[in-house]
Amino acid sequence: MPLIKHGKLVEDTWHDTDDFADVQALAALGPVIVNLAVWRQHRDAILALGGTLGLRLAPGQTPDIVAADLHRFSLIALEFARFTDGRAYSQARLLRQRHGFKGELRAVGEVLRDQLTFMLRCGFDSFSVDTKRQAESILDAVAEFAHWYQPALDGAATIPALRRRAVDRGEAAAPAGCAANWAY
Amino acid sequence: MYRYDEFDHAFVTERVAQFRAQVARRVSGELSEDEFKPLRLMNGLYLQLHAYMLRVAIPYGTLSALQLRKLAHIARSYDRGYGHFTTRQNIQYNWPKLGEVPDILAELGEVEMHAIQTSGNCIRNTTADPLAGVAADEIDDPRVYAEIIRQWSTLHPEFSFLPRKFKIAVTGAPNDRAVTRGHDIGLRMHRDDTGTPGFEVMVGGGQGRTPIMAKTIRSFLPVDHLLSYLEAILRVYNQLGRRDNIYKARIKILVQGVGVEAFAEMVEAEWRHIRDGALDLPAAERDRIAAYFAPPPYEDLSADCPALDGAIDADARFAAWVESNVHPHKRAGYAIATISLKPHGGIPGDASAAQMDAVADLSEEYGFGEIRISYKQNLILPDIPKADLHALWLALDSWGLATANAGRISDIIACPGLDYCNLANARSIPIAQRISERFADLARERAVGDLSLNISGCINACAHHHVANIGILGVDKKGTEFYQITLGGVADENAAVGAIIGPAFDEMQIADAVETIVDVYLQQRETDEPFIDTYQRIGPGPFKEKLYAPDQAR
Ligand code: HEM
Ligand code: SF4
Repeated sequence: MPLIKHGKLVEDTWHDTDDFADVQALAALGPVIVNLAVWRQHRDAILALGGTLGLRLAPGQTPDIVAADLHRFSLIALEFARFTDGRAYSQARLLRQRHGFKGELRAVGEVLRDQLTFMLRCGFDSFSVDTKRQAESILDAVAEFAHWYQPALDGAATIPALRRRAVDRGEAAAPAGCAANWAY
Repeated sequence: MYRYDEFDHAFVTERVAQFRAQVARRVSGELSEDEFKPLRLMNGLYLQLHAYMLRVAIPYGTLSALQLRKLAHIARSYDRGYGHFTTRQNIQYNWPKLGEVPDILAELGEVEMHAIQTSGNCIRNTTADPLAGVAADEIDDPRVYAEIIRQWSTLHPEFSFLPRKFKIAVTGAPNDRAVTRGHDIGLRMHRDDTGTPGFEVMVGGGQGRTPIMAKTIRSFLPVDHLLSYLEAILRVYNQLGRRDNIYKARIKILVQGVGVEAFAEMVEAEWRHIRDGALDLPAAERDRIAAYFAPPPYEDLSADCPALDGAIDADARFAAWVESNVHPHKRAGYAIATISLKPHGGIPGDASAAQMDAVADLSEEYGFGEIRISYKQNLILPDIPKADLHALWLALDSWGLATANAGRISDIIACPGLDYCNLANARSIPIAQRISERFADLARERAVGDLSLNISGCINACAHHHVANIGILGVDKKGTEFYQITLGGVADENAAVGAIIGPAFDEMQIADAVETIVDVYLQQRETDEPFIDTYQRIGPGPFKEKLYAPDQAR
């Protein structure tokens, strides 16, 4: 499936699978993403393989439950079961902000154009999408907004911060006052 | 009132451009209706029985004259000449064309308005006491905090795809005019022992098929921590709220399921991680926003107003209007006037474009160009010198806007019902019209006094029938419209859910049933006792007896 990473369409070098014969078979796949059940069941055997590891969390699987192992993963994939299921946004922020996860944070599942900016702002940096055409359409979604109110993980300066800068530079006046001053 | 700066403007402009492109992709077929739905909902666009409906936010219920004229212009140019004011400080247009909606949004952006998050499973338009800034009992202006919440919640990266809609209401006064306990989060300002202002935080209120009043999870939250605490609540809800069943997805079900104490503990635990961080309100930012809501330049007027007293003595209709529609103002010599959008026999909450323009003009002529929208679907002029009330009333009367029924039985909240809504079981508007006509006689309506009556066309309870003294709910019985009555609901600081009185009435009986209830009340009441007090004193028995007496043809 097409992958967007750091704003570009790239080759996906990861193998994301629920389906393999035994743990040893994982070794042949290269960098591999396993789900939480597999990780819990075969943790020691998987670690013994020594390969590059990723973990996929389903909605509702809070990162807290694997906090102690997070440093072992270069990638965490969060699933959007439906694009309307917003749990992964909280999982992403917890991973980045609470647990300090620095690796690749990938959105998988129903990843659509109009949710991309929300994902970016919650700390996702790669996106697995259905088709190449969709990937291209997604890329220009990023440019739609340059102004946000809340502090978030994309590092964008917030509207309150921009305001303070404008006031500091003397470009913006103090607030206008009450309704009586309402005039265009 | 709040004014956009270049950054707020840039944001809204970007949003309109984005939606214009989304509409184009829907029209070209690139987006399916399923994919388009959450996008249009987050811009306030519903698909109703006959057409699209656009819901525009009136943040914390405050409008300038200029904004109201723009709403009138939109009603005239893009709709059928009227708009419908709702219980949550929104205005709805019932007949916009999909292709024109981006133009409407662009026009709104010109006057610093938008329809962002007026529907969809996100944080909705935050509502506030419509008497903010002018009520005598106020501790601090709730609009300052509602504006702060508006900015924080707008396109929130984490909370735009919640399990279900999420509504927040703020009051800065002990008397609750914003139904805070009826919201997912209610915030009630008070002071702690040291005099510092903060909020009581109530969570898990809502109406719909499971009416629940919000429970207090924190009795005092210092105002600087407002956003981090809200973020903690939303984060717990976003992760744990049910997503498998839309009837169980509201936060009230989560709170009920885990218990208030356990829920409060989860929120506190989350909050300990994020408090004292980037979301804490710097005092300078709060002051910056508060400055926008500074009082207008009031004149020093005397509290006594012989001109007003004279007009009251001279004109009984005016006297009745003052009695029901005029409220005390915190400044001497000023008054707050409610403009009823409930003419007897009319459609509750509807205003024509000409009426909106007239109200905008009057707000400038007699006030400071400001208009409020109340939970009761009425308009309010907040700053009228007492001496001008009579002139104002005469002008309102000429526009059919001087109905003297604020807070009275014909001040009915009604939802669109089967006339517009695809979820409805029954019509609400014609029932409201019929009941209000029964009380069109001024003397009779005055005799009945303060009494709330709300009508919802189905169990979603858009008209808050659960918290009305007399609630009417449309139900479907084998394809026929029936109406179930609840008694004893209360929407203020003593909020309570009403109880069903008995079997439902049909369309022909419902207005008679309401009259029977009123008759029982009038017979049983003690001097000056409002309906709700009588009901609480005597209970449902006498009402039930009379309503279902054998001689009452049912
Ligand atoms: C005609 C289009 C409308 C539709 C399809 C609609 C649909 C709904 C639904 C499904 C709910 C229940 C949500 C839940 O409990 O989770 C609801 C609640 C509500 N609606 Fe509407 N509605 C419409 C119009 C209105 C209007 C015109 C008003 C105001 C007069 C309104 C005010 C409300 C309010 C205040 C609630 C809140 C109940 C709560 O918070 O639990 N709605 N609506
Ligand atoms: S209460 Fe029911 S009928 Fe009335 S507007 Fe809401 S959903 Fe429609």
